[in-house]
Amino acid sequence: MPILAYRDALNQAMAEEMERDDNVYLMGEEVAEYNGAYKVSQGLWERFGSRRVIDTPISEEGFAGIGIGSAMVGLRPIIEFMTFSFSLVAIDQILNNAANMRYMSGGQFSVPIVFRGSSGMAGCLAATHSHRLEAIYSHFPGLTVVMPATAADAKGLLKSSIRSDDPVIFIEHENLYGEKGEVPDGDVLTPIGKANVVREGSDVTLLTYSRSLINTLAAAEQLAGEGVSAEVIDLRTLRPLDLDTILTSVVKTHRCVIIEENWPYCGIGAGVADRIYQKVFDELDAPIRRVTVKDAPIPYNRNLEASMLPTVDRIVAKINDVLYRNA
Amino acid sequence: MSQVQTAPRTIVDRQTAVKWLRQMHLIRRFEERAAFLYQSQKIGGFCHLYNGQEACAVGSIGMLREDDYLITAYRDHGHALARGMDPKPAMAELLGKSTGCSTGKGGSMHFFEAEKNFLGGHAIVGSHIPLATGVAFAAKYKKTDSVCLCYFGDGAINQGSFHEALNMAGMWKLPAIYYVENNLIAMGTQLERSSAVLDLTVRGGDPFKMPAYRVDANDVEQVAEITQLAIARARAGEGPTFIEAITYRFRGHSMSDPQKYRTKEDLEKAKQRDPILLWENRLLQRGWIDESSLEQMRDEIKEEVEAAIEFAENSPEPGPEDLYTNITVAPYIPQESD
Repeated sequence: MPILAYRDALNQAMAEEMERDDNVYLMGEEVAEYNGAYKVSQGLWERFGSRRVIDTPISEEGFAGIGIGSAMVGLRPIIEFMTFSFSLVAIDQILNNAANMRYMSGGQFSVPIVFRGSSGMAGCLAATHSHRLEAIYSHFPGLTVVMPATAADAKGLLKSSIRSDDPVIFIEHENLYGEKGEVPDGDVLTPIGKANVVREGSDVTLLTYSRSLINTLAAAEQLAGEGVSAEVIDLRTLRPLDLDTILTSVVKTHRCVIIEENWPYCGIGAGVADRIYQKVFDELDAPIRRVTVKDAPIPYNRNLEASMLPTVDRIVAKINDVLYRNA
Repeated sequence: MSQVQTAPRTIVDRQTAVKWLRQMHLIRRFEERAAFLYQSQKIGGFCHLYNGQEACAVGSIGMLREDDYLITAYRDHGHALARGMDPKPAMAELLGKSTGCSTGKGGSMHFFEAEKNFLGGHAIVGSHIPLATGVAFAAKYKKTDSVCLCYFGDGAINQGSFHEALNMAGMWKLPAIYYVENNLIAMGTQLERSSAVLDLTVRGGDPFKMPAYRVDANDVEQVAEITQLAIARARAGEGPTFIEAITYRFRGHSMSDPQKYRTKEDLEKAKQRDPILLWENRLLQRGWIDESSLEQMRDEIKEEVEAAIEFAENSPEPGPEDLYTNITVAPYIPQESD
């Protein structure tokens, strides 16, 4: 199987879908002539031309809305935010128009659109450019929220998102763009709404997504050397949540840690933990623990920023907590 | 770039002219009855009436083809009816019924009719201007010569969405026609308290490299004439047009508005130029209608609106299962706690 970087897998997904369907187009800041701020759209303008790969002025609200309007009448736009931090400027379009249009119109207008772009604490970008907004977007009925952690899922989930008839918030991670992995050739679609059991285990369930998968797998590997068998699940889709896969695992292991690069209060882990407690409280042998980013704005200073992240040590400590190995 | 249109010309035939008069009467009657139903608490939420502005929707939408699009703000009853929406689903929507034009989920501010390319009423001020621009973008992308009419109030042009969208429309020569229905008062804020420049054609034209016109929107024929020009330009691939339609609303901003921002004299003066009266008189002068045909028209409209009310009142409410329908195209999985 070919080995591709995460960014090239995304590129391949867009190229294949644009080749397949003339209604698919890419629009955003610097996506065409500059080949993308993070080179995700490298070569697409040259290949598909200015009709289908469109540079915009710095007007996030404007081009997000243009995408939504065009989707209401049959196009399938991919709208790139240079980073999802900038989607805050367009949030009225996403939350009021994209998420509600089908409902408010009694099913007459749907919005088949993908909003995609980088996200996360990528290093020394400080508070305004390090946002992780998945919890906000996952709050809203009408949106689908997808966050791939691997190159294979980057491709397979982006292709599925482009073919979805609903608005999809497709959040990439800036630090994953260079990560390489096996990516199936051609038309392989990863289903939306399905989590992936990345590592099987029997003692504890580790739930995570996006970049945090890397540290979570490292923590599981470290503890394997100490005789702990951890099951690692990559959520992949945050809305709708694949509750079946989560509950099946928790019922098997009776313990759970949730790991995310997000603030603790009202974060994704808070919502996931609530759903586990409501459904299988009696199966749990320990309270669910969470590893999150510390509850402060993101500082510029490299060391301070690093101290907030869900590190392998922090994850191991919480796993030991739920296994009562710290006593 | 600003041009002022003054002299009305006959630009439609008798049949269309009479149809427009009928539409204006229908909108007026529909909303007068809606106001009554609102006061008797059969209509909830916000309800923004279009009384006084009818010529703007009727004269411009009247120039569209079936394959053209239109989109508007929350004061949307007039645009929907001018596009030919049946008053029955319109009234049913106001009453929140499942037979409503948005199945009871949109209400007064969110009328939609996909079959007629009516892309809705939109309630966040200025938020739909980028949507209109996207519809025009799609028309050009698909290599059709359809156009998109977009209506908004004088309050909306102060939103960032207006400037962002018109800039891209101008740069990309999109087939959009932007109508600011300048009724001089954004809710309770007079134009001179919200805009540094009172001639709005200055704000919507040159900055975005599009022609801008001001039109007396009490005159349905002038509205039609300027729209015809804008449509021809858009179809020819020459790009968007900005139109400032000077109008006046006879009712409050919404149903609960003490209207302290204007005097009774202001209002009475404006009503002397009621667009329906102006059009009626012109058609009488031309001999295209007479008193008896007018009387008959009014009676028919009364009946039509009463039938709409009866239909709405007798229609079922949405059922509890409808809470979860039409959220997504894919099967919807509610993310409930338990």
